[in-house]
Amino acid sequence: MAMEQTIYRELKATPGVWQAAALLAAFLVAAGGAWFYMEHHGHAVTGMTNQIVWGLPHVFAIFLIVAASGALNVASIASVFGNKAYKPMARFSSLLAITLLVGGLAIVVLDLGRADRLIVAMTTYNFKSIFACGTVATITASSPWSRSTRAADVSPARLQMGQARRPRRPVAACALAWATVLRRLVARPGYDAAIVAPMFIIMSFSFGLAVFVDADDTAAAQRSPDRRPASDAPRPAPRGLRRHGFYFGAGHPPLGVSTAPRTPAATGRWFMCSGIYTLLFWGVQVIIGIVGVALVFSTRRRLDRPRLDPRGDRRFRPDLRTDRHRRSNHPSAATIPGYEVLEGFHEGVVNPHHAVDLGLMLGLGGVALALFARPVSGRRSRAGPADEPVRRQPRRKRPDRARVNEGVMALDATGCTP
Amino acid sequence: MTNRAELTRRDILKSGAAASTVTLAPGVTLMAFGGTPAEASSRADAGKRWGLLIDAGKCAADCTDCVTACKVENGWGNDEEHGHIDPEQAPEWIRKVTLRDKETGREVSAPVMCQHCENPPCVDVCPTGASMQRIDGIVQVDKHICIGCRYCMMACPFKARSFVHEPLNEQSVNAPRGQGTVESCNLCAPRIDSGRIPACVEACEKAGHSAILFGDLKDPESPISKALKDYDSVALRSDLGLNAGVRYTNL
Repeated sequence: MAMEQTIYRELKATPGVWQAAALLAAFLVAAGGAWFYMEHHGHAVTGMTNQIVWGLPHVFAIFLIVAASGALNVASIASVFGNKAYKPMARFSSLLAITLLVGGLAIVVLDLGRADRLIVAMTTYNFKSIFACGTVATITASSPWSRSTRAADVSPARLQMGQARRPRRPVAACALAWATVLRRLVARPGYDAAIVAPMFIIMSFSFGLAVFVDADDTAAAQRSPDRRPASDAPRPAPRGLRRHGFYFGAGHPPLGVSTAPRTPAATGRWFMCSGIYTLLFWGVQVIIGIVGVALVFSTRRRLDRPRLDPRGDRRFRPDLRTDRHRRSNHPSAATIPGYEVLEGFHEGVVNPHHAVDLGLMLGLGGVALALFARPVSGRRSRAGPADEPVRRQPRRKRPDRARVNEGVMALDATGCTP
Repeated sequence: MTNRAELTRRDILKSGAAASTVTLAPGVTLMAFGGTPAEASSRADAGKRWGLLIDAGKCAADCTDCVTACKVENGWGNDEEHGHIDPEQAPEWIRKVTLRDKETGREVSAPVMCQHCENPPCVDVCPTGASMQRIDGIVQVDKHICIGCRYCMMACPFKARSFVHEPLNEQSVNAPRGQGTVESCNLCAPRIDSGRIPACVEACEKAGHSAILFGDLKDPESPISKALKDYDSVALRSDLGLNAGVRYTNL
């Protein structure tokens, strides 16, 4: 009986791929140089201080890691929620998540004060730390083991026939817990709002989906310019993304007011006199964010491609910098309530962050690594489905080992060498 | 299209296992010879919980002897260290904070350091367990396994932790430090383990202020427990329920 089966292909190494690889390699070399310089001179050269403990590289890292979680959600739709239409894309989704995770974690690792202690980080875990748990959960969930890696296992036809392997739901479900990687930090009001966690999940879905669609389109164009993306299956539900966009564009700024330092003077400084951050906040987050949301809401879905184009959500990417700044740079609320600090160690002050090029180079290097890893891994493994499912005769059942042995014995009886 | 056999899950797992073994084996071997958290607490007494009671009424605004003593004892903040880096990048194990009551205008001064919380958020978030709590309540950093992620600094509500931003020279034997690791007040644990009091407490007594009282919070007969029973005191950010081991009075 002929059956429909998903065929997976390696990525072709076209001249365009090689040119892109050369460009990305330049970024990787620059990032390596930046890391070496930082490692030699200490973080004193990075612009980070004891007030701003996480700087520009973390903006890139968080973006990539959050996007990795979101990219993996495409596979989760199939494995956790059982939507068969997404099964053929599970491999590609998993591969993309791994490459994004590699890029993001590389930035985090290279920005560690002791990057040479990576072995310690990999072998010594504090399982009370949600950061450690989240890392383990996501690496496990995005591993090839958690996804069916054999074509036959994930083919929709086999699913329909009830022959597919059972999805590793418990393992795959771990990926959905990824957004808890940054738990509520009582010391940082920006991280202390309960609404941030679910919004973080939606944000990851949004970013990850955008990256997924980009990569899918690029892979399709690389195969042949006139072909449509292989994953032209219906793409994930858009409503949550729109709500997310609305929240981060219009809802979060007022919330930011309530979570800003709880002294009126500091709040006023933040909203009116913080230079580039005030400009980014009002200009990018509020105005462009709201305009972006309006555009998303005004965009009607095309009838011929009934899916959300997540490009709309890219309008919110610039928010990341102001968002991180508000979270990381804001000190804890008044350490000693009721008192005004006359002299101290920058108590209750919103501190500026003077990012230097080293951080930018490191961050761009991480992005380059993620982009570099995808075609390399795509070249090595068959992750992307071919454009059209093919009809193929089912594999013949393997001969029973006992019968083979019988055959061997029969041959032996006739004096022939088996 | 090549017709080679497809990369199987078994191949991937084999490659991953081999790479992991080669990567981890040297480090695991080295760590097998290193210390453990249990050893770090070996000289601590589980029957005690050390704490401080700081009397802001006795603390002189122009006196920084506690800060100086801490610098000398633990080898941070020397002139060379402060000379060529941003002051905001310099370590601050303990700092003097001068405050003014918004309603009355009264000015007070007090030192702020690690508050040695019973439920320390820095310990919860540390991915490797380097940020640790001894059985006697002292919160400190195991610098052997600190990877310098600074998550604990983000989690601390008191800004009590510092990151070592540059190479170090001429360290104190009492408190080995390390570039790229996080550090903070450890209540002079080596001194406590040898039966002495923290350097800041000793300096404050020598200066004639005696504004810092050190003792065992679990012992109802200790001077600090009696003082806490007799006088009003506050813990910084008591709203967070961290049950700080450092408390303030006359604040």
